Amino acid sequence: MSENQIKNIEAEFDARIARDEKIEPKDWMPEKYRQTHIRQISQHAHSEIVGMLPEGNWITRAPSLRRKVALLAKVQDEAGHGLYLYSACETLGISRDELYEQLHTGKAKYSSIFNYPTITWADIGAIGWLVDGAAIINQVPLCNTSYGPYARAMIRVCKEESFHQRQGYEIMMTLAEGTKEQKTMAQDALNRWWWPSLMMFGPTDAESVHTAQSMKWKLKRKTNDELRQQFVDQTVPQAELIGLTVPDPDLKWNDERQSYDFGAIDWDEFWQVVKGHGPMNKQRINARVSAWENGEWVRDAAMAYAKKQEESRTKQAM
Amino acid sequence: MSKNWPLWEVFVRSKNGLEHRHFGSLHAADAEMALENARDVYTRRNEGVSIWVVESKHIRASNPENNGELFEPAQDKVYRHPTFYNIPDEIKHM
Ligand SMILES: [Fe+2]
Ligand SMILES: [Fe+2]
Ligand SMILES: [Fe+2]
Repeated sequence: MSENQIKNIEAEFDARIARDEKIEPKDWMPEKYRQTHIRQISQHAHSEIVGMLPEGNWITRAPSLRRKVALLAKVQDEAGHGLYLYSACETLGISRDELYEQLHTGKAKYSSIFNYPTITWADIGAIGWLVDGAAIINQVPLCNTSYGPYARAMIRVCKEESFHQRQGYEIMMTLAEGTKEQKTMAQDALNRWWWPSLMMFGPTDAESVHTAQSMKWKLKRKTNDELRQQFVDQTVPQAELIGLTVPDPDLKWNDERQSYDFGAIDWDEFWQVVKGHGPMNKQRINARVSAWENGEWVRDAAMAYAKKQEESRTKQAM
Repeated sequence: MSKNWPLWEVFVRSKNGLEHRHFGSLHAADAEMALENARDVYTRRNEGVSIWVVESKHIRASNPENNGELFEPAQDKVYRHPTFYNIPDEIKHM
């Protein structure tokens, strides 16, 4: 193909997306589109899977059976989200094994928020309320993204997320209404999770490199800063309602903008954690790698069993 | 033989009276495990009453590059649609 011909099909491809047509796995797509999608979808899948670890930490210590079944169901949902997304990613021609390999070797990233520890039960409340809350804001626009399998996976994910956020908020509310110690625990969790949650929307628009391309391919519909603002505006009244204080002395309602002004984010911390120096980066990856390695004999045994069954079926048929 | 679990496509009937619809895919060692995993991955909230699984390698898909020859011939066959036929206005239901 000549360079001009390629330009023409690329223009036609972009026009299809602009017309809100979906791109499906066997359709022609620019290599950059494929790579960008593999990167984003796998990063998202890894986040769902690694995201189970901080919460899994509290399943056996949940304070009641009600809390325990809810947390189990939530963590199981996150496993499901990871699986929907890995499947969507595989339709782009990368294998599950390669995807795991990229996670385990640190080549692929996952959301930095999961590199913070869950040190009290209130952290489970804060994660559901803030982290899932931020994830929902990031994810809802992706239900209309241009790549069909990704959009379909996101529709399922979004349907399941709202219970996650509500169960977290309920935990925070209950603690905030409880004893003095319980309320302190809730406030402490909010203090630790607030800023990392704001960082979940990514670098400021001025620093963000992919935005224009991502907008065109509908991997993004709003900018990082717009989404972050939406999160702040939505969450501050929720904190006030249960008597908790957002840990930001600069937070102030701006009547003119009909939005909250908020303080500066510590981007050094963000980049430190992205680069692997967060409090839990090592533990998270070690947990994934050892689960994968220790499970190897089970996976092999299952394949050996399947093969034996297959052979005995063919013998019987003969 | 690869030790990696093969890929399966999952089809779910949401309720009786509806067709099985493609829900997604998953990895499993055999059909039995594929069904069990499909139950856990795709029907955690009563989304289904029946599941089909088929190993992805058995699916033959048409190539979008041939969409012209495959699907365009149907586009100019307007006479396959009821509106192509003229009947008197007095006739209300036909
Ligand atoms: Fe998510
Ligand atoms: Fe999720
Ligand atoms: Fe979630």
